[in-house]
Amino acid sequence: MRKKRITNMNSQIRQTRLWSPLFLGPVVAAFAIGFVWPFIQGIYLSFCEFKLIKDARLTGFGNYLKALQDPTFRHAFWFTALFAIVSLVLINVLAFAVAYALTQGIKGSNLFRTVFFMPNLIGGIVLGYIWSMIFDGILGRYGTSIVMDSRFGFWGLIILVGWQQIGYMMIIYIAGLQAVPGDMIEAARIDGANKWQTLFKVTIPNVMPSITICTFLGLTNGFKLFDQNLALTGGQPIIQADGEFVKTTEMLALNIYSTFYTSNTTSKGVAQAKAVLFFILVAGLGLLQLSYTRKREVQQ
Amino acid sequence: MKSSLSAESRRKMILSVVLAVICIIYVLPVLAVIINSFKINTYVKTDTFAIPAGEMWAGFANYIKGMTFGNYPFWKSVVFSVIITVLSTTLILLFTSMAAWYIARVNSIFCKVIYFLCVFSMVVPFQMVMFTLSKTADTLHLNTPWTIPVVYLGFGAGLAIFMFVGFVKSIPLAIEEAASIDGCGPLRTFFLVVMPMLKPTLISVGILEIMWVWNDYLLPVLVLDINKYRTIPIHIQYLQGSYGTVDLGAMMALIFLAIIPVVVFYLTCQKHIIRGVAAGAVKG
Repeated sequence: MRKKRITNMNSQIRQTRLWSPLFLGPVVAAFAIGFVWPFIQGIYLSFCEFKLIKDARLTGFGNYLKALQDPTFRHAFWFTALFAIVSLVLINVLAFAVAYALTQGIKGSNLFRTVFFMPNLIGGIVLGYIWSMIFDGILGRYGTSIVMDSRFGFWGLIILVGWQQIGYMMIIYIAGLQAVPGDMIEAARIDGANKWQTLFKVTIPNVMPSITICTFLGLTNGFKLFDQNLALTGGQPIIQADGEFVKTTEMLALNIYSTFYTSNTTSKGVAQAKAVLFFILVAGLGLLQLSYTRKREVQQ
Repeated sequence: MKSSLSAESRRKMILSVVLAVICIIYVLPVLAVIINSFKINTYVKTDTFAIPAGEMWAGFANYIKGMTFGNYPFWKSVVFSVIITVLSTTLILLFTSMAAWYIARVNSIFCKVIYFLCVFSMVVPFQMVMFTLSKTADTLHLNTPWTIPVVYLGFGAGLAIFMFVGFVKSIPLAIEEAASIDGCGPLRTFFLVVMPMLKPTLISVGILEIMWVWNDYLLPVLVLDINKYRTIPIHIQYLQGSYGTVDLGAMMALIFLAIIPVVVFYLTCQKHIIRGVAAGAVKG
């Protein structure tokens, strides 16, 4: 009986394999065009000097050295890192607080959830222009503007991204909080734990998987931010440092973009080298952070 | 006992009020867009938070101006956004679910390699491939709204395959075996037996792809020939980019028009959207 079942399954798989061009073909072809080939070519070109792809010639690690010495790239790195950390902490704390409040069984929870999540569906470019109008409306009264001071640009971006992403993280936290077994919290209360003890010793360890996901998402979202940065300040204001013009609110993704498409002095190879460094940073951070938080999760 | 109960209910009341206030603050930016879309341009900067009345009132002039503003008709951007979003989402749902079923069931070395590459592609930022991808798309003539879905299928396959494979693995094999014994070939087994069971995941992945493609700016601006084809985000960005100064009143009118379909979509499919987002978050 068992043997018959296995042969039946094998013949089924054999039969399915005949159809592989249909089932796998389209995705494999598109994936090769849309990801695999551009990725390999991107790695190769980061070691080349080129303006068009045809005229590429190998130059070794020169592009990477130039990228690392570029003051605009270094400034963008520190600006992005600071932004990612501040936004990560702020968004997660607020999103968790809102999610916790919304799971206490208060009136109107569904309406609140609906409203808090809504900004998430609006695209980054549109968000950028909505907020630049609002910030300029406020700052205009003091005779200044969002593009006049890098501090305005920084906190403006934090507020914008907070408005957009708190609702998203809130949804993930709500799902996590609802999965915490109620009898566990009940047991803690009977054992004499107060509300704060229950929150920190029972609830938070039990939503660790959600915290892992949200921290990971928050960190990589912060580092990859592009549309909002482009639309809100476009990197303004520009200052002169060491004979170079540095856009003070330019983040890494925007810096790579402008190196590729707006600067005409440097070779595109430097931009591609920056892109590879950016990829290593984002992928590395994600993996590192993931393995760290996974250790602290409670096994159920 | 009674007093502690009322303390509890008072606490909940206060919490409700606090959240209601935050809620109102949350919708203010959208209200600001609406009131400024009816305001004459010069007042948008000076009286941003005033209700447009008297000499500030522009009526629908901003909306009429917005339609042809930026040397490109707005309705064309809307049409191209819809075409690209619908085609890309359909293509992604159909082909990635087929591929995911094949990968989960056949599980050969080749399948494992593809699955690994898909998971890997999820951590690669777009900037890494943007230059080479746009050149490749150009060479292969994938630079029109009718062909750009192929690029979306390629770059967006990772998450979709990952989610579908996870779900297919949880479906018991016995159902497909029964179908096979009853004489179904792989094609009929997939479309008549597996596809209906995939419905919840199809909706979740579909929602995620719609939200991504509709709002995406960088990929279409690099791939499409923007003198001929624009999407809504490209349209909005180029209002600001093409001239030094821009009519902010008309811009807010366009932004309001761009938000309406998103809000309608959200309010009608809210349940699915929230479930889809929660499901998509597991990619970490």
